[in-house]
Amino acid sequence: MELNFRTLVIFLLMAALALLPPVAMWVDEPFYIDLFSRVLIHAIAAVSLNLLLGYGGMVSFGHAAYLGIGGYVVGISTFHVFEDGVDWLASGWFQFPVAAVVAGLVSLVVGAICLRTKGVYFIMITLAFGQMLFFTAVGLDVYGGDDGLTLYATTDVGRLVDLGDEATLYYVSFGLLLLMLYVMHRLVNARFGRVILGARSNERRMAAIGFAAYPYKLTAFVLAGAACGLAGALMANHDEFVSPSMMHWVKSGDLIIMVVLGGMGTLFGPVLGAVAFLFLEEFLSGVTEHWQIIFGPLLILVVLFARGGIDSLLLAVGGPSLSLDGWLRRRRHDDGHGGAGPGPAGEDGAGRSDAGRNDAGKDGAP
Amino acid sequence: MNWLLLLEQTLNGLQLGTLLFLLAAGLTLIFGIMDMVNLAHGSLYMMGAFFCATFTRLTGNFFLGALLALPATVLLGIVVEVITLRHLYDRNHLDQVLATFGLILFFNEGVRIVWGSAGLDIPLPALLNTHVEFLGIPYPTYRMMILAIGVVVAVGLYLLVARTRVGMLIRAGAANREMVGALGVDIRLLYTLVFGLGAGLAGLGGMLVAPLSTAEIGMGEQILILSFVVIVIGGIGSIRGSLVAALLVGLIDTLGRAFLPELLDRFFSGAVASTAAPSLSSMMIYVIMAVVLAVRPQGLFPANTG
Repeated sequence: MELNFRTLVIFLLMAALALLPPVAMWVDEPFYIDLFSRVLIHAIAAVSLNLLLGYGGMVSFGHAAYLGIGGYVVGISTFHVFEDGVDWLASGWFQFPVAAVVAGLVSLVVGAICLRTKGVYFIMITLAFGQMLFFTAVGLDVYGGDDGLTLYATTDVGRLVDLGDEATLYYVSFGLLLLMLYVMHRLVNARFGRVILGARSNERRMAAIGFAAYPYKLTAFVLAGAACGLAGALMANHDEFVSPSMMHWVKSGDLIIMVVLGGMGTLFGPVLGAVAFLFLEEFLSGVTEHWQIIFGPLLILVVLFARGGIDSLLLAVGGPSLSLDGWLRRRRHDDGHGGAGPGPAGEDGAGRSDAGRNDAGKDGAP
Repeated sequence: MNWLLLLEQTLNGLQLGTLLFLLAAGLTLIFGIMDMVNLAHGSLYMMGAFFCATFTRLTGNFFLGALLALPATVLLGIVVEVITLRHLYDRNHLDQVLATFGLILFFNEGVRIVWGSAGLDIPLPALLNTHVEFLGIPYPTYRMMILAIGVVVAVGLYLLVARTRVGMLIRAGAANREMVGALGVDIRLLYTLVFGLGAGLAGLGGMLVAPLSTAEIGMGEQILILSFVVIVIGGIGSIRGSLVAALLVGLIDTLGRAFLPELLDRFFSGAVASTAAPSLSSMMIYVIMAVVLAVRPQGLFPANTG
């Protein structure tokens, strides 16, 4: 990574996130720890979605379901600790792996079916399955049904770490986010990531050089689901409450907005997007309770006029000062990452294939 | 199992199917011709219901209210198309999803500001608040009317698409848009007309359902997602497919909710059945969708697009 404006902003942002809890305590505004814990947890979910949306070109509209599954694993386990006295269910060594595994298994089933389809079918089906899981949660009468489930205790991760403490939860979330970013970086630059990126631009060509996209895409789908399940487990600990609203389809929409707003197919884009989204929500809802009447049209404007998200905006700001050589290198770099190029001339977000005339080709399908 | 109950639930299922068809037909046309994913279609359904409720209160007559609400919804649809959606036809599906998601937020919040969060009830007109005898069971006249309207709309759409010049252009547009444009057809006008037609159908669905339940925020999204299931099962772009799939989904959903708990009760202990039944019956149509996709990924009646 070379030093440019974008790198600088991202570095400053991560540093600020690392220092936030002590500073917030110092200025006596603990509210910000709470807000930014939410930001971090959403960022983890958005990073996981980015693997599908940004790198894989798979517009999954049901990603919040895995957030809910992770949350419900924590919620239901805790419920049985208190109802039936099954103490080992409270342990983080049980809850977190199970949250990831259950979310991963569900996404395996859902992905295996959804990935048989492409383009707009894929969007609608992931949405439908998300809705199915939502209604399944609503139907869980034992666990509160529509009203949700209050957690009587946070996940037990040993005596040293208390997830009920806001600053601790903050740093656990921050640590997991860093880990996720590192894994994502390695994954995308590994052979696996190359195949995913290749399949996004042209699945038929990938098949021609000997890579069947389906197993790779399904693996990405499962990994993203499992990671999002972890985010859900953290979110349950943060809210100390789980309910079907965690997996409402609007939440899936919010996650997509975060990824797109930040910059699809870039490493830090989803983090930038999560920060921007929740800030905007916080700010606008301070202006008016009907903040969505502003946010909706704003979203349309962003889609119509600001392509490539915040990430490419930062690149554009820092762009002119760089040498041509650096620009070329960066462009190669970005193409490799499948990033939205600098400015509107760049690649289409979801990676419209070169066979774009055909309607089936609209979402990067050949 | 009670056969009269079965008959009644079958009629209810067909009626839900009719409503789904009204939405799915518009969605599938818009998708087939403009290649556009329109999440805001459910909002037009909602707006139809709210317009109808308002006009009914103003005029004191449901029929007059519906008669005024229909053109109002069509007009709203056309305005939305001209202001925003028109600029999205060339974009990828993700952009369309995001922008129409923004429209949903806008409409939901707008309705909350104008009409409040509580929702509006429309009293059923006395004329229709009766029952008709059908195969030995009394069935509400109003629900019967919905079924009749569904038949009329289905036949009307078939005639429109298969027999008229506009219908010919619609089919041609679905097959090859650029060629239609190259032959001198004003493709933008055609798009706007099709969108207006879709908006009208969605609005009609909303105003038909309003007296049965309530005009409320969020009513559009629930049925929108069901309509997605319908057009995925039926095959995107195919009106015939959406009709068959709408009736199928309507029947399965209604009958599942009515009879699955009883069925489960026979095979499992009471506790298991009562826990699983609500979840299972709401999952059923998605399972059907999964099965259809596993067998025929392009849906039951894939449209002949080019």
